[in-house]
Amino acid sequence: MQAAIDQKKPGAKLSREIQAKLGQQLRAVYDDVVNQGVPDRFAALLEQLDKSDKGNS
Amino acid sequence: MDPAVRQAVLNAIPSLRAFAISLCGNVDRADDLVQETMLRALANIHSFQPGTNMSAWLFTILRNHFRSEYRKRRREVEDTDGSYAESLKSHPEQQGHVEFNEFREALAKLPPDQREALILVGASGFSYEEAANICGCAVGTIKSRVNRARTRLAELMSIDNVDEFGPDHTTRAVLAGGDR
Repeated sequence: MQAAIDQKKPGAKLSREIQAKLGQQLRAVYDDVVNQGVPDRFAALLEQLDKSDKGNS
Repeated sequence: MDPAVRQAVLNAIPSLRAFAISLCGNVDRADDLVQETMLRALANIHSFQPGTNMSAWLFTILRNHFRSEYRKRRREVEDTDGSYAESLKSHPEQQGHVEFNEFREALAKLPPDQREALILVGASGFSYEEAANICGCAVGTIKSRVNRARTRLAELMSIDNVDEFGPDHTTRAVLAGGDR
């Protein structure tokens, strides 16, 4: 119902619903990057570090 | 390198990148930060306490490194708060789904302290205690930063009403903004 639109005062405590929505968007933005996995440059770097490690010991 | 350490570092990389991007707003810069973090971590691996959370340890190194770099840069060039938002705009395609751009812009406008607290607790999955350790502050400080971040985000996205919020709202804004 249109009449149900409530006027939020600035600084008012956020409703649980809004908090949940914000949390969802935050995780979606974050997971967009997480789901890209490990870019090749980092896998290569670890391998390279591993090799030089073995060379030293 | 201990295979367990290697695996733990590998496992942490995706989340470290997401955190780094949220700190500096630029994918290339973030990847450099992650690489520098890996090098620092492995050079100081003796100071890592086995049995503690490797991921939290790596986040701490990344966060401290970013802070010291950021301070240095601030001295060199006048780095306004707008630079983060600007760098976001320069690589929108690298950041993922466009429907979240409105949210990303709002996130970019948060003060850095609030943004990092919100990300650590709300997205990286750290407890308030872990986030406090990573940021080197009190648990209560993290809690209040997270609360302020949420309130500010809601204001920035001008949410008066839950129905206005979310992909539908963004889609309407996009449709209204560009005709094609």
